[in-house]
Amino acid sequence: MAEIYSIFLYSSLFLALFFEVFLLITYLEVREEIKLEDLMLAKGPKSFPSVTVIVPCFNEGETVVATVKSILNLSYPKGKLFVTIVDDGSTDNTWRVINKFKHHPQVKLLRKENEGSKHTAVNLALLDVTTDLVGCLDADSFVTPEALRKIVPYFDDETVMAVTPSIKIHEPKGVLQYIQKTEYSWSIFLRRMLSSLGALYVTPGPFSIFRTRVFRELGNYKHAHFTEDMEMAMRMQKNHYRIVNSHSAHVYTVAPNKLKALVKQRVRWSYGFLNNAIDYRAVFFNKKYGHFGMFIMPIATLSAVTSLAMVSRVLVNLASNLWHSLVRFQAVGFSGKFSMPSFDWYFLNTGVMPIVTITALALTILILFFSIRMAEGKFKFSKGLFYYLFLYAFLTPLWLVQSIFKTIFRRQISWR
Amino acid sequence: MVDSKKYLIAFLITAAIFGTAVLASSVLTEKKVEDVRAIENRVALDILSSETQFALLAETSCTDIGPGFLSQELGPLGEKLSYAENQSGFSEEDVDSLKRSYFLLEIKDYLLMKRLTEKCNIKPTFILYFYSTEDKCDDCERMGYVLTALRDKYPDLRVYSFDYYFDVGAIKTLTSIYKVKGELPAIIVNGLPYYGFKSVEELETQIPALKLLKTATGTASTTPAR
Repeated sequence: MAEIYSIFLYSSLFLALFFEVFLLITYLEVREEIKLEDLMLAKGPKSFPSVTVIVPCFNEGETVVATVKSILNLSYPKGKLFVTIVDDGSTDNTWRVINKFKHHPQVKLLRKENEGSKHTAVNLALLDVTTDLVGCLDADSFVTPEALRKIVPYFDDETVMAVTPSIKIHEPKGVLQYIQKTEYSWSIFLRRMLSSLGALYVTPGPFSIFRTRVFRELGNYKHAHFTEDMEMAMRMQKNHYRIVNSHSAHVYTVAPNKLKALVKQRVRWSYGFLNNAIDYRAVFFNKKYGHFGMFIMPIATLSAVTSLAMVSRVLVNLASNLWHSLVRFQAVGFSGKFSMPSFDWYFLNTGVMPIVTITALALTILILFFSIRMAEGKFKFSKGLFYYLFLYAFLTPLWLVQSIFKTIFRRQISWR
Repeated sequence: MVDSKKYLIAFLITAAIFGTAVLASSVLTEKKVEDVRAIENRVALDILSSETQFALLAETSCTDIGPGFLSQELGPLGEKLSYAENQSGFSEEDVDSLKRSYFLLEIKDYLLMKRLTEKCNIKPTFILYFYSTEDKCDDCERMGYVLTALRDKYPDLRVYSFDYYFDVGAIKTLTSIYKVKGELPAIIVNGLPYYGFKSVEELETQIPALKLLKTATGTASTTPAR
């Protein structure tokens, strides 16, 4: 049994390292492409297609006004930009608050009973959309004024069906939000790489913009295990509808600042990913779907289990060290504990596993360097990076265990 | 289209990293084994030197024996072996071979120490310690910490530790001489076996000669009493 676990661990480490190497090779390949994109975006859009932004909200009275204002402040022709706010049966003051936009020429208000999932609110708004492009912005997110101008030029290419933005954390405070800030920087890098590979598997709720015909041709949002944005991306990939990422289009979202809320959000995301992946298993290892089917979907699914195996190994080692320290303390107290031992390289762990782990960690830091540079414009060492490197791995089991368990035993999750 | 060349390159780089890690680990582990062997050789030489010096004792006096008479490297050697035993990189064969030599060197050193204490009328300042790595012995780990702490406190104290079930005839002879039962951990102090966990304070009481040893902080005292 120990040998099987050991083989599994080495395989997991090999896969993790392989993925990092693959990402870095992709980065080297697309650096020029990114520079050209930046030049294209600097010129601005050639045309201004009409856009509707749907803002579904459930009890978001505190943030929805800022969200809508950020859309109305977008640097985009007023006659081409429309907002549909859908009050999804809120029980707070959301409806009263959004009524301040009742007479705004660009804003339309809708109200419906809550049906337990966001997709019904977006679908209701989609029924009346007549613009060329349509997108969604969750009521806890805000767009920067240039965001739409950094997305629209991609639609000059007729084959592009959806463009995803770069999502950042709004005014991070506290350890958890700083960890997420670095994590989101990593995601910005990852999504840009997946974009070049044609393998984006999520069109995030905050400000992914679609050609409206995508919904007319492929259908509206589905329940999709509470992750309708993942399902839509997978459905598009299955139908060979191209999704790209604009790393310069920045959207800010309010991140959970409590562990319980973070775990709940991540359980929903990872459970949603696993279950949608099962629903779209036909794309796995299918050459027709390129990198998306042959590599990204399989490795993203597998990584839920392999990362758990690797973290569990670290946790077991830590627990074992803690146990031995306790036994030692029980036997001799602090005796000898504070004497500084002379350094002897002999006592460094020079096994294969530590050497490979350190190499993988070095590659992680390198990717984080590129990620932060891409997200922030320049690399700067921050406490978020420090927290991320030392704490993030220990948080992931909190949601991975739950989502894997609930997927295997077909347990349901809840949105809130 | 999938660019299979990129996958191949990524695979080769990953395999190269793994291969380098395996090679580096193997070279470094081999270096550690050599390191331990070199210490064993030095200890063997130290013992030979001490035995020779001891053989000359008839013609010299006990006062000519300095504090460095016995090898000072047995303790660190034991620590390195204990570390190697718990690391996955070392081959079982290497560790077994190193342990065998180590136990034999310990016994030789112990015999020399014993003869020295008898001849020069020194109060014994050594402990024979029997532990087990085969069966579950929680107290062995605690006892190990106590003996390490004790040796840290009294650098001149000699602790000879033996794996009770290790297949070395000399260990079996030693256990039969002192009638050590398999109730581990067991220690022999002043020729008497004690079983189970003993704290630092208990051992300090059991071995009066400890009080005469120099402590690591240098608070007491003199060279071993004659």
